Amino acid sequence: MSSNLENNVIGTGHEGGIREQINGYLLKVKSGDMGSLPAMLGLIVLAVLFSVMSPVFLTALNFANLFNQAATLIVLAMGLVFVLVLAEIDLSAGVTSGVAAALLVIALHHDVNWIVAILIAIVTGVVIGYFIGVIVAKVGIPSFVVTLACFLAFQGLQLLIIGNGGLYRIENSQVLAIQNSNLTILQGWIFYLVSILLYTYSGFAARRRRSRNNQTNRPITFLYVKIVLAAVFGAVIVSALNLERSSNKAFPIHGIPIVIPIVIILFVLGTFVMDRTKFGRHVYAVGGNPEAARRAGIRVTGVKIAVFTICSTTAAISGIISASRVGSVDASMGRTIVLNGVAAAVVGGVSLFGGKGRLSQAVIGGFVIAIIDNGLGLMGFNSGINLLITGAVLLLAASADAISRKRGSAVIR
Amino acid sequence: MSSSVPVIELKGVEKSFGAVDVLKGVDFAVEAGKVTALVGDNGAGKSTLIKGLAGIQPYDKGSVKFEGKEISIDSPRLVSSLGIEVVYQDLALCDNLDIVQNMFLGREEIFRGTLNESAMEKKASETLSGLSVRTVKSVRQKVERLSGGQRQTVAIARAVLRDTKVVILDEPTAALGVAQTEQVLALVKRLADQGVAVIMISHNLVDVFKVADKIYVLYLGKMVAALDAKSTNQNDIVGYITGTKSTEVAK
Repeated sequence: MSSNLENNVIGTGHEGGIREQINGYLLKVKSGDMGSLPAMLGLIVLAVLFSVMSPVFLTALNFANLFNQAATLIVLAMGLVFVLVLAEIDLSAGVTSGVAAALLVIALHHDVNWIVAILIAIVTGVVIGYFIGVIVAKVGIPSFVVTLACFLAFQGLQLLIIGNGGLYRIENSQVLAIQNSNLTILQGWIFYLVSILLYTYSGFAARRRRSRNNQTNRPITFLYVKIVLAAVFGAVIVSALNLERSSNKAFPIHGIPIVIPIVIILFVLGTFVMDRTKFGRHVYAVGGNPEAARRAGIRVTGVKIAVFTICSTTAAISGIISASRVGSVDASMGRTIVLNGVAAAVVGGVSLFGGKGRLSQAVIGGFVIAIIDNGLGLMGFNSGINLLITGAVLLLAASADAISRKRGSAVIR
Repeated sequence: MSSSVPVIELKGVEKSFGAVDVLKGVDFAVEAGKVTALVGDNGAGKSTLIKGLAGIQPYDKGSVKFEGKEISIDSPRLVSSLGIEVVYQDLALCDNLDIVQNMFLGREEIFRGTLNESAMEKKASETLSGLSVRTVKSVRQKVERLSGGQRQTVAIARAVLRDTKVVILDEPTAALGVAQTEQVLALVKRLADQGVAVIMISHNLVDVFKVADKIYVLYLGKMVAALDAKSTNQNDIVGYITGTKSTEVAK
């Protein structure tokens, strides 16, 4: 446009050495942009606390158990992040997972091929989500009301599918394998290695893109530290999961539960969509300022419909995972989990005010909720105490969000 | 293109809503590299005139020439394809996104199916430094952390990201403090220096006289004055705005 380009008067946040970068990050945190930091710290504190207070917590069996327990919740919460970023809500995500699981189990009982049965469950999610999305975006009814109606109606649907007081066992070994079988030790390490290599590659690829455009990169030390941390952290988890956790030597149980790679793939896929695609950018834009998004030529209605479809589809997948864990589906499955899912996302740092939230935050928040459940259960507290504490943690997280919001706005010059 | 041909030229533009005639045969012209101020009291028809140019509410009658050619402006899309950008008073930025993301919102650059962050960041930086913007620390700052003046800067920079020929600014200094107003006015001047035709709507005559080359005054749907800023003064303009002065001085 013009010729008087003065070189880089304006920074990009990538400038400066290690110290400047760290100071920049601390300033960000101080100004209230904490992301998942509080949840991360909370997770560490809880883990240490339960390790000290319960002898069972750190055993190989419970460690693997924790992942199995958290998987359903985390997948559901990841789907909810999409709607929460739009400042919408999906109260029916839990019962959607229930309906999907119900259709899955009915299909299996009619000797439908397990892959087809799973597809039926997933398509159920797509259809439900599209329906909710159209009602919210085109008719213009608040999502709270629409999904509350769906929450009630789908319970009825589930009841009709399963039958009053009914319960269907899952006999299909492939579906059961999702939550009950593990990768072999070798497969586990191969999965680990591939993941770390991809992580390393994407880190260096991003730097290469920037340097090709003559843009400054952060000190490379940060990338090294990140890769080493991920490698060490991953190795610890894989090793722990590869420990023998069966008390019966005749039936050895070890290895990464199959559900973990599934959750990781969903997470990477979702994060990619949110961070690296036009669609993801538009989701954040609509969540931040729908009017600005509309004026920028973004089809707000389409984005909303797509987001509700994604959420319900993810909920359906969560339903499949849940059915696999429980081993059966009854008429009330999934009824209460949606609130835990929202709690997980909010505890992780997803804002209820829209515009902000990442899938990684849902994962961390999901672990916080799951670890409270798991740890308190091990220590013999009854579920009353458990719920009270989960509620308190949620309130704490929501206050942190609100306070950081206030502090953040006070920083504006 | 010779500099005497206006980028946009309106002749006898009329617009009415039901029985109310809002624009009663308005002539208006803007030239490249000049700041053209459009002033007038509330209800004089400024917004209606601008909405017509923006393609939101097409005019009922009258001719619109763009770079000397007769056209009919009937959609915002056409307007933006001509290189006309409107910066509305309420800016329409997404607070939760950073400067680069806001500047490219709705027209993201894609490389192999994914966002080309690096290229967008580069172009955003170049556009901002091209406008000699120095108040912004980093193009990756979230817009919610910016001051009013900085936000206005981002909105204007967003408007000139592409090959923009005309930028319409609606009350760019209305909500700003003194220092920030100075920054934005300097930016408006630089925009014109780069050859962009700038239309500035403002109530603040002090600001208008600081940057405008030409001042148009609307009074009850009629263009009552089109003056060179150098050859007039605030008192005259106030006279035209309030209707106490009504000589046609169209030059």
